[in-house]
Amino acid sequence: MKFSVVVEVQLRAGVADPQGATIERSLPHLGFDGVSEVRVGKCIRFVVDAADEATAAREVDDMCARFLTNPVIEDAVVRVEALVG
Amino acid sequence: MSVRVGVVLFPGSNCEQDVIEAVSALGAEASLLWHGDDSVGDVDAVVVPGGFAHGDYLRPGAIARFSPVMSAVAKFAGDGGPVVGICNGFQVLTEAGLLPGALQKNQGLKFLCTTVEVRVESTDSALTCAATAGAVLRVPINHFEGNYTCSPDTLAELRADDRIVLRYVTNPNGALDDIAGICNEGRNVVGLMPHPERACNDLLGSSDGLALVTSLLVAAGAVNQTG
Repeated sequence: MKFSVVVEVQLRAGVADPQGATIERSLPHLGFDGVSEVRVGKCIRFVVDAADEATAAREVDDMCARFLTNPVIEDAVVRVEALVG
Repeated sequence: MSVRVGVVLFPGSNCEQDVIEAVSALGAEASLLWHGDDSVGDVDAVVVPGGFAHGDYLRPGAIARFSPVMSAVAKFAGDGGPVVGICNGFQVLTEAGLLPGALQKNQGLKFLCTTVEVRVESTDSALTCAATAGAVLRVPINHFEGNYTCSPDTLAELRADDRIVLRYVTNPNGALDDIAGICNEGRNVVGLMPHPERACNDLLGSSDGLALVTSLLVAAGAVNQTG
């Protein structure tokens, strides 16, 4: 079975995010007031072939721990969805 | 017999010749170690040089750590061999788990290409054993992701064990505790963001890096004699 996977990599809470801070400082210059807590991450999409959703999720968690994130500064939110058809 | 230094070459490395020039000028024998080889051969020290290994894809060092040569480098380090990671090489060593912590984007989001002053904080490491404690060295930096960070526990450990070997006199990139370079528990693996190999000749603006490169060769010589 094929599953569509989205891995959202973000800096851990408490880790300084210079990109987010720069964007947050820039927005008021364009007239966008009231924006806070800007955090910049990255999004990795792929398709994985696995027996079932739980197996796919386990495999993706392992990928995150060993490769897709640097656990010292990053963590990930993972979405796994069965591909229809 | 002269000391043999292996310089790792990844696709995207760009400081390997600078390292070869610097160690050769001091009488060492330098050779390149291709990232796809699974051995470091018969060397007394390994340098992981600066650059953009594997294009810095995903994160600096994230792909490089899986190059076959890195298993051999880890084994060499595990056996006590001196290993130094400079700039991108430091990032590779942290990703490979040979050094703790991580290098983040610089505070201020600027690529920094300048000369900084670093202070030798500990002379008990493979890269500082022939330097003078407290000496201030003028060494170039050249990085976008040199902002060292680690967990509070790791920082406490680094401080308690005197493993912060180099600190910036004026912090250029936001690095935690002004850290410019650290070593592992065995003190034979050292990572630093500044480029001592580019400060080994007065013609280049500074020869202060000689104290560090010489230290590496002294550490390598010690291995050569005992091993």
